[in-house]
Amino acid sequence: MLKLSYPDYVALRAHGEETYPHECCGVLLGKSEPDGNHVREIVRAGNTRTDSAHNRYNIAPEELIKTQRQARKLGLDIVGFYHSHPDHPAQWSQTDFAEAHWIGCSYVITAIAQGKATITNSFLLTGTNEEDKKFLDEPVEIAMNEAEIVQERGRS
Amino acid sequence: MNINIPTPLRAYTGGEKTVSVSGETVGEALESLTGAYPDLRQHLYTPEGKLRSFVNLYLNDDDIRYLPKKEATSVEENDELSIIPSIAGGCCCR
Repeated sequence: MLKLSYPDYVALRAHGEETYPHECCGVLLGKSEPDGNHVREIVRAGNTRTDSAHNRYNIAPEELIKTQRQARKLGLDIVGFYHSHPDHPAQWSQTDFAEAHWIGCSYVITAIAQGKATITNSFLLTGTNEEDKKFLDEPVEIAMNEAEIVQERGRS
Repeated sequence: MNINIPTPLRAYTGGEKTVSVSGETVGEALESLTGAYPDLRQHLYTPEGKLRSFVNLYLNDDDIRYLPKKEATSVEENDELSIIPSIAGGCCCR
């Protein structure tokens, strides 16, 4: 189970709409709890794959180092990542799988259809090493207050 | 010096986020780390002993691949070594 707040959910989807037709990417900071990864903050990252940004993303390690320092200051950990799939389903691709190395972390994918965010899914990378790793579908729980429920109804 | 352990590898350091190690060089510090936590070795190195391609090592803000002496680079007590697996992907082969 991936838990995140409604504002963070809206923000990561908006990021994908902003960068369309290119892929966006970012980091999820939070805590890994017995019932799953709990996101407390999302951090936008730049996509360094400017050569093929419509179907590839890469976060510079230098940016990850800074984000990891930021997490430590906040008493949080890196618990996942997000990116968008412009005009492509919110399902992990072979490239996503081959390039996924953070076992135990959540990989959130938002489909952006013609510039509009549609489906957001999360996949938990499980296993013990590169040979037995696999993505599992992960339920997403979005914490919403009453005002946010009204806001979401207005969107849909 | 301290070595920062990324989330997925903390399962092999008893949950430690930062490990204090001894060593005069980056390589010695890593030897000290994998000596203390042997299960880490297979996640950092290939069976042939080469650093895995997706594992980035940063000495403070510098990628050790681009340092002239690479893993033979000298380290000081206050230096910080970070292990950062890469983050990448993409939607399809279009």
